[in-house]
Amino acid sequence: MVNQEIKQKIIEIIEKYKREKEKLVMVLLDVQKLTEFNYIDREWVNIIAEELDIPYTKVYDVLTFYSMFSTKPRGKYIIEICKSAPCHVNKSKEVVAIFEEVLGIKMGETTEDKIFTLQYTSCIGACDISPAVKIGEKVYGNLTKEKIIEIIKEYRGV
Amino acid sequence: MQKTLNIITENVGQIRPDSVDEYIKIGGFEALKKAITMHPLEVIEEIKKSKLQGRGGAAYPTGIKWEQAYYVDKNPKYIICNADEGEPGTFKDKVILDYLPLRLIEGMTIAAYILKSPKGFIYIRGEYPESQRIVSSAIKEAEKMGYLGDDILGTGFSFHIEVLSGAGAYVCGENSALVESSEGKSGRPRIKPPFIKNSGYLGMPTLVNNVETFACVPYIVKEGGEKFAGYGTEFSGGTKLVCLSGNVKNRGVYEVPFGTTLRELIYDIGGGLPEGRKLKFVQLGGSSGPCIPESMLDIKICYKDLKVKGLTLGSGAILVVDDSNCIIDFLKCITEFFYHESCGKCTPCREGNKQLLALVNKFINGSATYNDLETIKKVGQIMKEAAFCGLGETAATAHLSLIKYFEEEFVEHINKKCRANICNFGGDKDGKR
Ligand SMILES: Cc1cc2nc3c(=O)[nH]c(=O)nc-3n(C[C@H](O)[C@H](O)[C@H](O)COP(=O)(O)O)c2cc1C
Ligand code: SF4
Repeated sequence: MVNQEIKQKIIEIIEKYKREKEKLVMVLLDVQKLTEFNYIDREWVNIIAEELDIPYTKVYDVLTFYSMFSTKPRGKYIIEICKSAPCHVNKSKEVVAIFEEVLGIKMGETTEDKIFTLQYTSCIGACDISPAVKIGEKVYGNLTKEKIIEIIKEYRGV
Repeated sequence: MQKTLNIITENVGQIRPDSVDEYIKIGGFEALKKAITMHPLEVIEEIKKSKLQGRGGAAYPTGIKWEQAYYVDKNPKYIICNADEGEPGTFKDKVILDYLPLRLIEGMTIAAYILKSPKGFIYIRGEYPESQRIVSSAIKEAEKMGYLGDDILGTGFSFHIEVLSGAGAYVCGENSALVESSEGKSGRPRIKPPFIKNSGYLGMPTLVNNVETFACVPYIVKEGGEKFAGYGTEFSGGTKLVCLSGNVKNRGVYEVPFGTTLRELIYDIGGGLPEGRKLKFVQLGGSSGPCIPESMLDIKICYKDLKVKGLTLGSGAILVVDDSNCIIDFLKCITEFFYHESCGKCTPCREGNKQLLALVNKFINGSATYNDLETIKKVGQIMKEAAFCGLGETAATAHLSLIKYFEEEFVEHINKKCRANICNFGGDKDGKR
């Protein structure tokens, strides 16, 4: 059963984009933000396909093409570690190791309390402060172990 | 001597990015006011004189692109600003989006006026949500003040701009993939012809330019093409925003005139490398660009000088890599990027990147042979010649250039030696990451 409240919200998003098929990517980006779990459920894909009159497979193609979308529930905060070359030469591997240690999860995993997901991202345009990570929409750079522990504490406190 | 200029980046950080009033105080919209009194071909002539070449990577002459767009006899024409900025190590368009979005909007509006275009899009990568908000706000403000939207400056001409978001796909920066993505689809490149200029967004003629390219236009229209060209070299007009990153002290975006050497950039502007480190190589133009040794740093930033040496400037990313890094480990990072970003449409790129990754991993875990070195070269060459779009064509650029200049380090790895002590042969099968 689809949650009627979510269905209503999805339709509102589609209306906001004037039901234009061309806005599918924008719609999906907004729908992904509807819950704390940063993902798009298969059921919701159905609703979007129906409402926009686009075949389900087409919507699913778009959903799986772009790396910012997830079909599986994720944590409330997604910690995205930049995997690009400028961060790499500034030792982003060490940053990965520290996050994994502090959170007790591996890359790609979500903490048991569903607060954090650890994943890679492509360049976030913060090469002047590399190694850098993005949490939600916020960017943190020049990372050290102390800084990382502080950041995690800050989010846990929220 | 003053090494940096600010033709495009003048007043960065000095005005509120979305304040039309403050933008006008620094000369904003004077170019648009001038352009609407000129014949479209006169404006195009100035751009041709400026020798402006596309700043997105391909360096196509902007004046010629606009002239072709002008003569396309099909309407409506659309304008798309490529703010996908996907090339790793490139963060210069972000400076314009975040600090001077009105300069970009003014440049696009001038293009729209010339082409009588009713509608434009600024396609901003999904990784820049803050920039998307700033640009959207600037658009609203410009509309309120009559510089954008309906009946611009009382001319009866209307032009609307909408912000579109990417969702994490490097290939969407390729212009036909950008159009596909703007239509809400998966961003796989289209077969050409028909070209985007004739059949782009919704099948209509579409002009695609980079953020920095559009941001150069107001200066050119206001001050004249010749003055802009005067800052650069004989073949490359104006200034370029370069992005200095990696193992260098003063990382950041700098506006420099064409003709500046890489050495000046890295040592004078960039302050050199951190204490005690030695420069190993420099990668030009992002992950799709060539890696060159220290001995080539006296080369000038100029499309022609670089081309003569078989190099390209790409988007203007300059990544400095010091001797604490291993060439193969670096290459693994690059290869994983392209393996992940290949859209899978064509075989040379889809399979080529897979093979390259497997080969690089062999060097990392100590099982590579001389034959593997030859195979990397062969696969790389095939991709360069046979891939469907620029992504696959350039995915092996780093491999081929590193083998050209640093072959001995590949050979060392065949003999299970890593001079940077990063690859632990056989210890960890996939290498670390
Ligand atoms: C794989 C690939 C990625 C690209 N990414 C970008 C990009 O992020 N931004 C950009 O402006 N151009 C990018 N380009 C170049 C565009 O295709 C196009 O040439 C450019 O946007 C045209 O604008 P310009 O003439 O003003 O440079 C990319 C090209 C390829 C092949
Ligand atoms: S070269 Fe790569 S990215 Fe381009 S069309 Fe082929 S598979 Fe897709």
